[in-house]
Amino acid sequence: MLGTGLLHGLKVTARNLVGSFHDPARMVTTQYPEERTRLPENYRNFPFLLGDDPADPLGTLRCVACQICEKECPPQCIYIVMERDEKGKAQKRPKVFDIDLSVCMSCQICVEVCPFDAIKMDQEFEIATADRFTGLLRHKEDLARSNAYYHQLHPTEAAAVDAALAEQKARQAAAKAAKAPAPAAAPPAPPAVPPTPLPPAAPAP
Amino acid sequence: MNPPAADPLSAGLLERLPLLARDALTSGLPEPWRWVSNSLLAILAIIVVFSSLFALLTLAERKVLARVQNRPGPNRAGLPLTRFRLGGLGQPLADGIKMLTKEDIVPRGADPVLHFLAPVVLLALSLLTFAVLPYGRLLVPVELEAGVLYFFAAGAATELALFMAGWASRNKYSLLAAMRALAQLISYELPLLLAVVPVVLLAGSLSTSGIVAAQAGWDLGFLPRWFVLTPWGFASFLIFLTAALAESNRSPFDLPEAESELIAGHLTEYSGFKYALFFMAEYLGMTALAGLGVTLFLGGWREPLPFLEFVPSYAWFGLKLLALLFVFIWIRATFPRLRIDQLTRLAWKFLVPLALLNLGTAALWALTAGWGPALQPLRWLGATALVAGPFVLLGRGLTAGLRPRTYRFA
Amino acid sequence: MNPAAPPSRAGASVRAVQDPFHGDLLEVSMGPHHPSTHGVFRMIATLDGERIVRLKPVFGYLHRNHEKLGESTSYLASMPYTDRLDYLNSMTNNWAYALAVEKLAGQAVPERAEHVRILLAELTRLLNHTCLAGFLLQDTGCSGTPLMYAFREREAILDLFEALSGSRMMCNFQRFGGCRVDPSPAWMEAVSALVGRYDRFLDEYEELITGNEILLARTQGVGVLPAALAINAGITGPMLRASGVNHDLRRVDGYGLYPRFPFRIPLGDHGDTYDRYMVRMLEMRESLGILRAVLRDLPGGPIIDPKAKLRGFRPKPGEAYGRIEGPKGEIGFYLVSDGGPNPYRYRVRPPSLINLTVLEDLCLGHTVADAVIILGSIDIVLGEVDR
Repeated sequence: MLGTGLLHGLKVTARNLVGSFHDPARMVTTQYPEERTRLPENYRNFPFLLGDDPADPLGTLRCVACQICEKECPPQCIYIVMERDEKGKAQKRPKVFDIDLSVCMSCQICVEVCPFDAIKMDQEFEIATADRFTGLLRHKEDLARSNAYYHQLHPTEAAAVDAALAEQKARQAAAKAAKAPAPAAAPPAPPAVPPTPLPPAAPAP
Repeated sequence: MNPPAADPLSAGLLERLPLLARDALTSGLPEPWRWVSNSLLAILAIIVVFSSLFALLTLAERKVLARVQNRPGPNRAGLPLTRFRLGGLGQPLADGIKMLTKEDIVPRGADPVLHFLAPVVLLALSLLTFAVLPYGRLLVPVELEAGVLYFFAAGAATELALFMAGWASRNKYSLLAAMRALAQLISYELPLLLAVVPVVLLAGSLSTSGIVAAQAGWDLGFLPRWFVLTPWGFASFLIFLTAALAESNRSPFDLPEAESELIAGHLTEYSGFKYALFFMAEYLGMTALAGLGVTLFLGGWREPLPFLEFVPSYAWFGLKLLALLFVFIWIRATFPRLRIDQLTRLAWKFLVPLALLNLGTAALWALTAGWGPALQPLRWLGATALVAGPFVLLGRGLTAGLRPRTYRFA
Repeated sequence: MNPAAPPSRAGASVRAVQDPFHGDLLEVSMGPHHPSTHGVFRMIATLDGERIVRLKPVFGYLHRNHEKLGESTSYLASMPYTDRLDYLNSMTNNWAYALAVEKLAGQAVPERAEHVRILLAELTRLLNHTCLAGFLLQDTGCSGTPLMYAFREREAILDLFEALSGSRMMCNFQRFGGCRVDPSPAWMEAVSALVGRYDRFLDEYEELITGNEILLARTQGVGVLPAALAINAGITGPMLRASGVNHDLRRVDGYGLYPRFPFRIPLGDHGDTYDRYMVRMLEMRESLGILRAVLRDLPGGPIIDPKAKLRGFRPKPGEAYGRIEGPKGEIGFYLVSDGGPNPYRYRVRPPSLINLTVLEDLCLGHTVADAVIILGSIDIVLGEVDR
């Protein structure tokens, strides 16, 4: 009969109207900025540089300025200049590490290709600025964060990275110990070096 | 059947309150001035009440639409310059200020007089229709013997203003859109009027107060004798509702104003306050038609059950009006839009024949009014069959070839 | 404005668009700024009264040099750009590209990764068809109600993608040899919960709108695409199946592990807008069946081939065409390698563009309001049309 489809439609909208007052599944708005949704752990926005020491992340950056991320970055938003001493020898530290966030597309390829776990993805998105030329250009001072911060953002990932780094260090130390010639007077080096202790777990925010 | 309380002194205090307030203001004046100022106060009251209703209606529409769509709707604009949000009650004020501060652009080739007059005429004619609606037992602004006729005369004249808008803009697109809107409005005048004729027939009067008076009393002690609760009245009410939606350019008949419509409509060349006036006129027209629907079919200011007489009659009118407006908003939230040819086909091939047949049913109902209680079931069943039969048959003709399909799978 | 315009070039249905007895034809441009053209897309419609006699689509407003850029970017770096082709369905774009590169390089993919790829592709199909249902009904004038319901459900799937890959829409998830991230058991639980709820949403949606007489009147008989024209024009995807042609790459090619998960293919009989809409609604239910089967049978194992190279990836010289049944149709990538780190030629077969070529034939004789709905039912995304 003409009109049955129309009546069904009215019934569904009425159900949603009434449900919006008592059923959370039918009122799905988050009143930002008073309420915020919890971001999942894997959420990524823009990169940051990882430093080991919580007190001085900038001085203890893991980045060795190998420029792999610069080459692999699809929109080429990273600019790196290696630190060199007076004689021109590479210091394995970046003198300049700039990321232009207005170009970065948050693809995470820099994180994937970095061999030193030196660059990871941050989660901050409220970075709007009125300065359209340099407002979103981040230098290494702005990008440096500590490993403790990384643990706070991505606990599972950070724990896995730390475990992998510790294992790598242990293997390197074991390889070094195996290759070291037996010294004449010094006592023999112990066969296994205890692994470096993991940094403390994420402090509560 | 209760005799209508025509004597002002016998009505309750709440009923008389508006009249007492009016008399307190004007009793000191000599006679002709007193009548003039009483009328002016009535006009002022209508303008104030229905403009505020318009403002709240825009907010209510947005909130109801939003709640249907699982979101809260405007809830931040509250008292200006304070932190109090009031759940968004300040939104109409904010919209009004926005409209007022916009630049008023008149196209260079446009006819300036007509361009200016169109929204003004539209608003004025829409407001004129409020004069004959009985808002309460003692609250009829103008007591006309041909009130319904006056209502439709003023309402139909608004269509002229719409075409004035399209013509004056000197824009071929808005002219085409205005002509299309006019076709829609004229097509739906006929079902609107034909739906009202049975009511006039059975009430025996063209005056709105007379029609409300004819709906007095209760059957079996609790069923009100409103016309909507009779078979022919129910059909008339539905036809009236559909035609009223089309007359106010409301969804599902809002093709002239649709955003997905290429031609932006007859309102293309209007901005700022004039646009707000068009908007206001559309909502006032919708409210007036809803008010007429309440008067003709839902018993006007009459209470639904006998013991509820202590609630003043204007409150009942207001409640029924708001309920009908809510139904309009609910329909807008649910249905897609009809195309112009489907719209006109619905009017001419479905609503008009249905309304004419309904007139016949109502006439039969009037003729069999004297039947005793034993024959009443026959009367009701017969009338229902006479209403439902054509509906089903004409409906089949209208939706020929349209049905949900079953699909095959590979 | 030339009434004596040449007839449309798509082939079979040629209608008289030059008629010396008609008066002035009105040419209107549904310009790139329009609420209903699903992106920056322009249609120049020549109207005779209310009816369209000629329709010229103009696109290219979103051209971003994707294919030329692919020649100067490495294979891995092109992956995030494929997200942005059909920006609503990034997982399937990623998969099509990964498939092409894996064919080029002869790269194997572990079973767990194939299962996860099917899972994500079907979730993407749900995303896309829900989005289409919402927008098509919005175009018919529903004041946003079906659109909001559709997007409410989309949010759940997008949240799943965010929890897995870090980004709701630009997922950058597939790699050559598998997937980037191994989904956790908690994530799988969330997918199961979503699949359990989705049927109820589809039922409510059908109740709201599918039997609605006004919708039937607006969409049945509008924009009929004959099967012969569809095949000649190279139409793929739900649009082709709505015209009755049984062609679904998941069955024809049997890529990935699709042959293990049986599903039905809905076919339409009339090829009008209503069929295109309903075929998509039915496909969503079939996708839910595939999802349930995959969730049941998901094996363990590596998520990416341990021998897959991330950096320094140089496939041997050759060419490959990898295609999948994306939600919009056949999305394919044609790659030619010359042994270097970047492809020598990188070509995308965009289903939206190829489906769009018959727009004029579908719209002739209808009104402008219908043209909007027909465009909506073709389901285009300008990122893919223009690349």
